Amino acid sequence: MMVPLAWYLLLGVALFVIGAAGVLLRRNILVVLMSLELMLNSVNINFIAFGRQSNDFRGQIFALFVIAITAAEVAVALGILVALVRNKPTLKVDDVTIMKG
Amino acid sequence: MDQGLFLLFAAVAVITALAVVVARNPVHSALALMACFLQVSAIFVLLAAPLLAVIQIFVYVGAIMVLFLFVIMMVDVREATLQRFLPGDNLPAMMLLALLAVEMIALILWSNGFSGTEPALATGRDQIRRLATTLFADYLLPFEAASVILLVALVGAIVLARKEPG
Repeated sequence: MMVPLAWYLLLGVALFVIGAAGVLLRRNILVVLMSLELMLNSVNINFIAFGRQSNDFRGQIFALFVIAITAAEVAVALGILVALVRNKPTLKVDDVTIMKG
Repeated sequence: MDQGLFLLFAAVAVITALAVVVARNPVHSALALMACFLQVSAIFVLLAAPLLAVIQIFVYVGAIMVLFLFVIMMVDVREATLQRFLPGDNLPAMMLLALLAVEMIALILWSNGFSGTEPALATGRDQIRRLATTLFADYLLPFEAASVILLVALVGAIVLARKEPG
């Protein structure tokens, strides 16, 4: 029994919406970053599922690049977070308004 | 068989993803995220992508989660654990999320192109060889660019997190 493609896409939708909820609703910077990871991972599921569906390797290759860029993004984001907490000891997104954003 | 395994992994992945968002302590969020990534890598195995499953475990569970846990140890999270997670206090965001979910699910369920099952794929040892050949022949330039981006991120993270002299 093969798994239909739509199931994988629905799982991707569920994880993406949960990650978006974390980004939009949580006020903790660390949890916001983790939710971003979740969203990127759900996109990877879609890439690989579509690649399998059309019998093409390029889905896996793009997922590989997404993973590499995610690792770089997390390293830079956590470096910024450490520098930020050193200057202003807070983890709330709303308190970081130095740039008047 | 495959469908049962998929449902099991997907259910655990969604539950742990919800735990990431709902948990009050960031350490609990990080551990739930690790469990979720393990489930996703199992789903990659079901999708006949064992190389991506191994890379997922190495990079996400091995490297990124250790990075998160180290940063959680470095910064003080006690103040952050006191704030509540209150769904409903941010009505526009909730409406936006509901709209997003309904839109994507309707798109998947009404579209004809996603309904078929996957074709029988030539699996085996040859698959990773062909993947590597495609990666290093057709996608060599993006591969090198990704490695340069990783190097720049490494240097940038060190520079950003370094203590300023004076």
